[in-house]
Amino acid sequence: MDRMPAWADAVLVPLISIILAAFLSALVILAIGENPIEAFKLMVEGALMKSSGWGYTLYYATNFMFTGLAVAVAFHARMFNIGGEGQAMIGGLGVALVCLYIPFPHWALALIAATLGAAVFGAAWAYIPAILQAKRGSHIVITTIMFNFIAAAVLNYVLVNMLRPKGAMEPATAGFPEATHLPTFFDMFGSPENPLFRSAPANVTFFIAVAACIAVWVLIWRTRLGYEIRAFGHSETAAKYAGISPTRIIVITMLISGGLAGLMALNTTMGEAERLVLNAPEGAGFIGIAVALMGRSHPFGVFLAALLFGFLYQGGAELAFWANIPRELVTVIQALVILFTGALDNMVRMPLERLFLALRKDS
Amino acid sequence: MTFFAKTLGTVAALALSAGAALADPALIYDLGGKFDKSFNEAAFNGAQRWAEETGGSYRDIELQSEAQREQALRRFAEAGFNPVVTTGFSMSSPIAAVAADYPDTKFVTIDGFVDPGEHPNVLSILFSEHEGSYLVGMMAAQASTSGTIGFVGGMDIPLIRKFACGYAQGAKAVNPDATVIANMTGTTPAAWNDPVKGSELAKAQISQGADVIFAAAGGTGLGVLQTAADEGILSVGVDSNQNYLHPGKVLTSMLKRVDVAVFESMTQGADLETGVKVLGLAQEGVGYALDDNNAALVSDDMKAAVDAAREQIIAGDLAVHDYTSDDSCPALNF
Repeated sequence: MDRMPAWADAVLVPLISIILAAFLSALVILAIGENPIEAFKLMVEGALMKSSGWGYTLYYATNFMFTGLAVAVAFHARMFNIGGEGQAMIGGLGVALVCLYIPFPHWALALIAATLGAAVFGAAWAYIPAILQAKRGSHIVITTIMFNFIAAAVLNYVLVNMLRPKGAMEPATAGFPEATHLPTFFDMFGSPENPLFRSAPANVTFFIAVAACIAVWVLIWRTRLGYEIRAFGHSETAAKYAGISPTRIIVITMLISGGLAGLMALNTTMGEAERLVLNAPEGAGFIGIAVALMGRSHPFGVFLAALLFGFLYQGGAELAFWANIPRELVTVIQALVILFTGALDNMVRMPLERLFLALRKDS
Repeated sequence: MTFFAKTLGTVAALALSAGAALADPALIYDLGGKFDKSFNEAAFNGAQRWAEETGGSYRDIELQSEAQREQALRRFAEAGFNPVVTTGFSMSSPIAAVAADYPDTKFVTIDGFVDPGEHPNVLSILFSEHEGSYLVGMMAAQASTSGTIGFVGGMDIPLIRKFACGYAQGAKAVNPDATVIANMTGTTPAAWNDPVKGSELAKAQISQGADVIFAAAGGTGLGVLQTAADEGILSVGVDSNQNYLHPGKVLTSMLKRVDVAVFESMTQGADLETGVKVLGLAQEGVGYALDDNNAALVSDDMKAAVDAAREQIIAGDLAVHDYTSDDSCPALNF
């Protein structure tokens, strides 16, 4: 076996990547004349040392879990779904329609219906690229990314011309009715005397995201369909030979992937904004790619990577608040982490692999 | 810095603001960012002017995501900043959500609207963009020899249609047969910063006969102004005075004094009068720019006609239709 141990693959490689990224970020912060240690302290304090900071970190992490899982599921079938952004936008439309037009007596019912709405709309948006790939061989990377733009245009049209309340300036729907407001972490864990998670947007959707992680694990490793998806991903010809229909696998995988991306809208649209705004996913669909890469397409890895990116987002906000670090630089720091953990994965992996092999030969 | 020290700081800041109104103001820019050469930058300039003239200091932040809107408002309010000034209509819903939790903090939403009955500590500042656009529309129609003028908008939202509608009404008031070509750059926020597309739209309008083009498109407008100057036709700038960008080629600029709104809010400080303030021609919140760069382009007749219309609008004798009042425009079809 010329492979390195699993723990090194799962833990050591991402860890080294993050340390490298952190080191480069520190150099960048030094270069603009700020203190990197102070900056790091600000990030940790703002994102992890207070319950409201955790509230934001987990809120962002929830988004990234959904989109990360969406990309990961498609990865298992060797498909690159970069349309998470568009699928999440259209998923938001599903959430908005459900919340605005069905009178719900209780948020739990609204949540179930909105979950269905988000998943169905997101899946439907992924269905078209999937069927084009399966039947016509149009490359999924090209079609899904183009569908992001179409989704933005569709959403803009619907918001401006149909769902926007009369006289309102912003292309957004009216606020959702009171009964559809999801309980936030503050409602669940805090009280006026104990202001845990006060005013943070993390909400009950977080638990749905965790449940989705478990469900994806069961699907991929414990069901027949998951086995077929992985088999198809490893070799299309072998899968065909074994009687697995490529069309069926491509379409079903993309439907699951799109549905997961759509679910993200529960968090942003129903949980946080309580109305549908333009550009609600805010790039989380693309961050999902980095999350899935970093999490090695494993739901637990996706969970951890999502937490890390949640920390980066919330910590980055804190930097912008209290340090004289411009917004663009916060993006640079986030981008460095993505670059090292996602794109430059092999740069760390290969030398490490060689090191482990050399050590093994010696012993 | 420990949590304890931070809390102490917050308490101290709160105590100060309660006692002598010494709190610093804070400014929150919309997602377009601080240096967009347009709307947000005007706000920044107003704040800078305030800081230079009073020697005071303020804190500002550029937002990165929707979720940060409420977060930024709360963090600044909790840290004792007062007033908290925000730009962009997208801030009004978050302000409505948090204002009640911080009754001692004054919030300002520029371009947004928050019901003053529900939230007595919020000042909504709105501009009558249609009135200013009406005036530059008149000037455009007078300067045009072909009878065709153009409009390039940024993102296709009601606010920009309000600009276009006022512009078309002004043009039709001067020349009822004038043709107004209106194009929007896009449907996503990227449309605010796409000078190449702006340039293409300007070229397309020129080929349809337009010889004056009004750009209300943020950074995209820079491409429109450049192309107009290159092709030898006139353009109209927006928000800030953009006449200097191409001297002698920019007919005028539709001014929207976001900087004045920020400056005055910061000057009033914690004693800010809240409610709804509409800055129109009468309040000099909007207007047209006249300086050395375009003096040769604006004839005396033009100036007289525009100033007469201005007086009429201020006096209430001339009503310019506001697109956002009923989502339709009598002078222009979108």
